[in-house]
Amino acid sequence: MKTLVGTGHLIRLIARRDRFRLPVWIVVLALLVIGTASAFIELYPSEAERLVLAKTIVSNPAIVGFLGPLYDTSFGGLTAWRVGVIGSVLVGIMAALTMIRHTRQEEETGRRELLGATVVGRNAPLTASLIVTVAAGLSIGAFCAAGLIGLGLPRSGSVAFGLGYAAVTAVFAGFSGLAAQLTPGAGSAKGIAVGIVGASFLMRLAGDGGASSGLGWLSWLSPIGWFTRLRPFADERWPVLALSVGLTLLATSGAFWLAGRRDVGAGVVQPRLGPASASPSLRSPFGLAWRLHRSSLLGWTVGLSFIGAVYGSLAESVRGFLGDNPQLREIFEQLGGEAGITEAYFATAMGILALIATAYAVRSALRARVEEESLRADPVLATATPRIRWAGSHLVFAVLGPVLILAVAGVVAGFVYGLNIGDVGGQVPRVVEAAMIQIPAVWVVVGVAVVLFGIAPRYSDAIWGVLVAFFLLGQLGRILQFPQWALNLSPFSHVPALPADELTVTPLVVLASLAVVLLATGLVGFQRRDVDG
Amino acid sequence: MVLHLALGAWTDRRGATVLAFAAMAPVISTSGLTKRYGQTIGLDGLDLEVTEGEVHGFLGPNGSGKTTTIRILLGLIRADGGEATLFGRDPWSEATDLHRRLAYVPGDVTLWPNLTGGEVIDLLGRMRGGLDTVKRDALLERFDLDPRKKGRTYSKGNRQKVALVAALASNVELLILDEPTAGLDPLMEAEFRACVAEDRNDGRTVLLASHILAEVEALCDRVSIVRAGRTVESGTLADLRHLTRTTISAQVTSDPVSLGVVRGVHDLRIDDHQVDLEVDSDQIGDVLTHLTRLGVVNLASHPPTLEELFMRHYRDET
Repeated sequence: MKTLVGTGHLIRLIARRDRFRLPVWIVVLALLVIGTASAFIELYPSEAERLVLAKTIVSNPAIVGFLGPLYDTSFGGLTAWRVGVIGSVLVGIMAALTMIRHTRQEEETGRRELLGATVVGRNAPLTASLIVTVAAGLSIGAFCAAGLIGLGLPRSGSVAFGLGYAAVTAVFAGFSGLAAQLTPGAGSAKGIAVGIVGASFLMRLAGDGGASSGLGWLSWLSPIGWFTRLRPFADERWPVLALSVGLTLLATSGAFWLAGRRDVGAGVVQPRLGPASASPSLRSPFGLAWRLHRSSLLGWTVGLSFIGAVYGSLAESVRGFLGDNPQLREIFEQLGGEAGITEAYFATAMGILALIATAYAVRSALRARVEEESLRADPVLATATPRIRWAGSHLVFAVLGPVLILAVAGVVAGFVYGLNIGDVGGQVPRVVEAAMIQIPAVWVVVGVAVVLFGIAPRYSDAIWGVLVAFFLLGQLGRILQFPQWALNLSPFSHVPALPADELTVTPLVVLASLAVVLLATGLVGFQRRDVDG
Repeated sequence: MVLHLALGAWTDRRGATVLAFAAMAPVISTSGLTKRYGQTIGLDGLDLEVTEGEVHGFLGPNGSGKTTTIRILLGLIRADGGEATLFGRDPWSEATDLHRRLAYVPGDVTLWPNLTGGEVIDLLGRMRGGLDTVKRDALLERFDLDPRKKGRTYSKGNRQKVALVAALASNVELLILDEPTAGLDPLMEAEFRACVAEDRNDGRTVLLASHILAEVEALCDRVSIVRAGRTVESGTLADLRHLTRTTISAQVTSDPVSLGVVRGVHDLRIDDHQVDLEVDSDQIGDVLTHLTRLGVVNLASHPPTLEELFMRHYRDET
């Protein structure tokens, strides 16, 4: 147990450093869950209304694939279905970021050595990070459960819901602890940890979406799928929790095992020597930006192509989705028959892809801020590099990166769907168009990020809050019957729902112009302000 | 001294008016520079003058405003008040053009984790407008630096070397070095001094912010000392020495109490016939006359060491 000496001190240190961060996560997630449940209670009080709601939303398979199956139309059942998967992804990301922040990032910055030289055991940092992260997951679960019970929802379902979130947190905390051992860079460790969350999401997307074609078992491989399979408020399956506990223990022991076999600061993957001199292309701020962005651009393109492939492969089963429901048939006849339903499906699917691509775009735009904060901007700006060129070379990736990512993902989705129905030539352009139409909205968010960077750099990270708000507006706004002006705040609500809708150019031009104005404002702001050092 | 030699060469070729002009044309000039960071004052009327061809020591305690001054000169931040010029031009609005003529070594060197040292050196040199590859290779050799390692695997000293090689390998007119030897071992420090001495002989101007007194003494023609954002002293080391006190200890035959009234005497300690005192350097003559009258048995005196000089300025009341 000597390797654990000092764990208590480290827990207090982590709690002190994250005294705002973790409470924000906890409060936001609890509010998301409790708010959704209370909205369902207020807006859909009668069983009949809820059945209609269930049927209309379930009629869009993109949403079912995205959110998982609906097991029960009670208030609790609807809430668990509506925010279960979204919340699981969010707690997973929280677990990944918190774990890496207090393990690998501490090593990379050298602070770990400062601690390591005091009376702190070798395994104490990893243990303390795990304890704090799991405790945060339990707090989120406890607040959610208490809130749901407070709203009068069944006790067992509320507890299952809370434990479900805690279980997801624990599993991803374990895997993130493992990821932290692999690479010397905190950035790549974060990438791996968040990537594991993404892969779990994808697996259950394929499983839930493709359940009719026998892919349902895939959901059982995903810790996020387990939340759905726990079935809160729908005759809970408690043994599913044992899966999470088991996998958490496995991942955690793996992390400790690897941690015991490497040096502080080193990864399991040994660093290699690189070129002694720069290639001819590495001669400008853009050459530098390309080096810094290329692997992340590749990763996101591949990742979103995967999601595109899954969406494309599920599209065909959508056509049979209408089944014997005459009401739904009628709705979709109005939309243009069976073609109409796949079009609505692709419009929703591409909207979701666009939001994920926006996360990439925002991250790339903020890369300039990361460079500035880590003092790597100074030496570059002290050369004959104008500020605008330096910032612009990062923004190229924020502006054109999502275009590439969405184009490739759209081509893949259209190609897979086209293969299935024997119409590759016809489907690829349609789906790609549905993807590209989202670009101006993505650019508006990039524009807001650049304005923050240029004018209020210290608050640059607030853009993530803006992005989450747009995401929740798009996901929950209609069901929770938000007023139209609130829905209009999100640029994505102005994108025509291609290929189902008519292509209307005006909103796109307006969005693109707004993006240009925002980008220009931000760059002018940056041109005039001090570079932080 | 080297400054004067350089100017001498100028006069030989072009005559006295050129001497006046050359001596007047500063590479760096700031006057009354102020900068605030919210509540705290970064600079409070800083004056700095660096003339062409000199190595100028820029000294001051931590947080006294050296780095802030350098970042203003680089156009990274804007001064709130006062004037700053670099090569006679505005460092903020003409930053890009001016940066072709200078190289900068930051005090806190962070490298891109996945770029090798060699790549960083080449990249910075090319963005500055080209680097001398022969010189680069020679410097890598001299500083014993492996350019194939990735940024995240270098130690602090080696990161410093990457930044130094990148700066020294460029054929620029001005080097701005912010505590460039922090983290270097003594061998490498000696190598650094040799490099700067060569650059000075090539007519390059150097602004050297440093805490290493031996380095300053070995390299600098003139120094400016800053405290709390103001320049408290500026001149050659000889000038500065002159402004400070010499220590004298002596044994005399008569009662030395009367020394207490002599002008310029400080910290007088009397132990029977043994006297220890400090004297303002311009009053030494009077004190010696007085001592002789008291009958000197033995006498030792030493000029202020650099440590004493700096300690006094670093610690002094504002």
